[in-house]
Amino acid sequence: MRDAAVAQAPRITPKVSSEDWIMRAVLVGIALYLTVSILLPLYAILSKSFKNADGLFVGLANYVNFFSTPALFWSIENSLTVTLICCVIVVTLAFIYAYALTRTCIPFKSLFKGVALLPILMPSLLPAIALVYLFGNQGIIKDWLFGYEIYGPIGIVMGECFYVFPHVLTIMLIAMANSDARLYEASDALGASKIKTFFTVTLPSVRYGLVSAFFVCFTLVITDFGVPKVVGGKYNVLATDIYKQVVGRQDFEMGAVVSMVLLLPALFAFAADRIVQRRQVALLSARAVPYQPKKNRVVDTAMLAFCCLIGLILVSILGMACFASFAKFWPYDLSLSLKHYNFDLMDGGSWNAYWNSIELAAWTAVIGTAMVFTGAYLVEKSKGFHSGRAAMQLLCMIPMAVPGLVLGLAYVFFFNAPNNPLGFLYHTMPILVICTVTHFYTVAHLTAATALKQLDGEFESVSQSLKVPFYKTFFRITVPVCMPAILDISMYLFVNAMTTVSAVVFLYSPDTALASVAILNMDDAGDVAPAAAMGMMIVGTAAAVRLVHAGLTRGILARTQAWRKR
Amino acid sequence: MKSTWFSSLGLGLATVATAAILGAAPAKAKTDLLVYTAVEADELKKFKTAFEKDNPDVNIKWVRDSTGIITSKLLAEKENPKADIVWGVAATSLLLLADYDYFQGYAPKGLDKLSKKYYDTTNTPPLWVGQRAWIASVCFNTVEGEKYKLPIPATWEDLTKPVYKGHVIMPNPNSSGTGFLDVSSWIQIQGEDKAWKYMDALHKNIARYTHSGSKPCKLAAKGEIAIGISFAYRGAKSKNEGAPLEVIAPSEGVGWDLESFAIVKNTKNLKAAQALADWSVSKTAQEIYNEEYAVVAMPGIAKPVKNFPVGIEDKMIKNDFKWAAANRIRILDEWRKRYDGKSEPK
Repeated sequence: MRDAAVAQAPRITPKVSSEDWIMRAVLVGIALYLTVSILLPLYAILSKSFKNADGLFVGLANYVNFFSTPALFWSIENSLTVTLICCVIVVTLAFIYAYALTRTCIPFKSLFKGVALLPILMPSLLPAIALVYLFGNQGIIKDWLFGYEIYGPIGIVMGECFYVFPHVLTIMLIAMANSDARLYEASDALGASKIKTFFTVTLPSVRYGLVSAFFVCFTLVITDFGVPKVVGGKYNVLATDIYKQVVGRQDFEMGAVVSMVLLLPALFAFAADRIVQRRQVALLSARAVPYQPKKNRVVDTAMLAFCCLIGLILVSILGMACFASFAKFWPYDLSLSLKHYNFDLMDGGSWNAYWNSIELAAWTAVIGTAMVFTGAYLVEKSKGFHSGRAAMQLLCMIPMAVPGLVLGLAYVFFFNAPNNPLGFLYHTMPILVICTVTHFYTVAHLTAATALKQLDGEFESVSQSLKVPFYKTFFRITVPVCMPAILDISMYLFVNAMTTVSAVVFLYSPDTALASVAILNMDDAGDVAPAAAMGMMIVGTAAAVRLVHAGLTRGILARTQAWRKR
Repeated sequence: MKSTWFSSLGLGLATVATAAILGAAPAKAKTDLLVYTAVEADELKKFKTAFEKDNPDVNIKWVRDSTGIITSKLLAEKENPKADIVWGVAATSLLLLADYDYFQGYAPKGLDKLSKKYYDTTNTPPLWVGQRAWIASVCFNTVEGEKYKLPIPATWEDLTKPVYKGHVIMPNPNSSGTGFLDVSSWIQIQGEDKAWKYMDALHKNIARYTHSGSKPCKLAAKGEIAIGISFAYRGAKSKNEGAPLEVIAPSEGVGWDLESFAIVKNTKNLKAAQALADWSVSKTAQEIYNEEYAVVAMPGIAKPVKNFPVGIEDKMIKNDFKWAAANRIRILDEWRKRYDGKSEPK
């Protein structure tokens, strides 16, 4: 309304105050950071794919080489196959699970929700390792695969399904929560059957959520590296190919080419998702009435059974990894011992790696949250400077579309170039923090932007007319009101920094070895049980932090959000 | 900072001990020597302690990773090398890096006591010097072998028999130095045509290819597979830990590579790097090499290592490092074309 009024008034060019200049300077600063941390490295990797080993420009020669080597380009088909299968399975399962949690009267809903979110706390390597213990040649339920091998597409699909389930479920839950009870009443009043209601009301109302879930699942699976690394067997996919090119053959140029090939589907899925999401906004109406599920014994029982089954699978995979980390010498000596937790004697792992991970996660959470929230605030609340804000908005979206492996490799090319003045960052903790903050920037930014959008612009106008400097408003009003979102962002950054492998695998140095990378290296060396043990350390830490976060949120909600209730 | 504090605690204790023995704390600051290595983690501590005992003014900082990763790290940094010395890394990798003019020659004191076939004799002073040999071997899990009624293989040829179908794992030569060493040795033993025919037959029996060279043996140790093509040190070590393994050196001959060192060109810590080079060819060092590896560069030192295949030194092929390094990419491409494609339908 306010905007409309302004538009009709005679045009007055607002005076740009010194405050505005400060805000713009900070905004430009953050935009510069994103340029250096994502755009320039991406350019470095792109140009690398057009050069030969001696750094001479060779045009498309590397690409021609890629597409004329069957062992390489077949991976595209493999990647797409497992990814699409995963998406169909996970989106279906998550849809039913979310339906059970939002539209039925099953008991223990919060327990089921908690269990379903467990996989977020672990690196994708861990479920894959657990699968080996369950279905490998010495696996305890090996026969359940009817003689098929876990190493290959079957293992990849199973591991990825586990890994992406919570991400897809979260989207489905949000989509399901936003449905209008009046439509169900109308459908009921018109005498439509339950099944007809499902197809004419339920499904259409969540179709955008479904599409979005599908694309998120697609991006996560096609770019994940942990699962295929452990259980991929002979089945090559793009993500492991990049690693193999760079680490095995020291063929950085081909690594850059495969990176570009992997970037394309991820970019496509991301763009498609953004377009779909944009259309969703118009669907919600202010007059919608929240849907209240009614008891239905048959549906409730079936749904409870379904949730129990899924929950059981999720818990048993984690339980298997836990047991494996304590068993002395699988499968010949199953007595329990802590010897696999003695990381200092293992190849590629040490307790240092664990402390480094905590350090990285803490820095990422603190710096990342401050930067992301400030950036989002300036994009949402500063005045004028439309081009700058739009550019910043776009910059914030890019990291989501870039697979971690591509980002990590891009950093090697960019930061280790001999003429780069930022070269001193290479092999340090700061570069890992920069990489991780950037890698997870988009989701954090969207969370912050959503919270800020809910905050009325009047706050800024009022404080300005009272001559209160903007930073005071920011620290005394904006930050406290958005505290829940800020905690969510720091939690998200912390847990992801603990579990990420893909982006940092090319970047760590001996002084900055990380727990998640240690899992990879220990599994690679064949020390699978210690790898599982390190994975359990990460799960435990992430879970503990999550609990602290829950406690903090509750306390802060009580203190700062009381005004929301009447 | 916690991490640095923790690691320095262990190192600190060693330093304190050394200083106490010498009776006086060294007044001048220690030189930090950045050493890139592929030697397994559990051995590094003992090398560091022993070296620093003889050279109290040097502080070794390890950069440890598997051969493949260390090599790619070094290559990635070739414009702007970080390492002072590369130590305990495959000679094949060092030859590859030498092409980029990565190293400077140095003849460590006592070089003449080493066997000539274990260091670089084409350049004087040599660019690289070998420390000990890591040798291909086959790890055979006797429990699994009995379960599937598999006879113990004695030759490489045996592994192509239909009875072993799906029971053999080997490292992918495109990602593992050990894998390449196997392929290169088969070609050097039987000539290229026969070797590819052999690998065609072997491929039919392979369950899958692993990224790392030690994994096949560790998988065999755990019974995840019956037969893992790996290297002798790994097999002996797993067997010592109680795995039901038989470590076999096939009779046709086994491939090998050398853990070697080379000083990086234009290092700022040349003196310290040379001190490590001198120490590495000393009798003390050679005896430590021998604790886990049966074949070391100085003749007359090696004592048999527990559970190493007997007489493995006689089975080592005549390895032409130059040829292997020069043909590496061609062989790897050919291998990838043949075996690394789409997985076969079941």
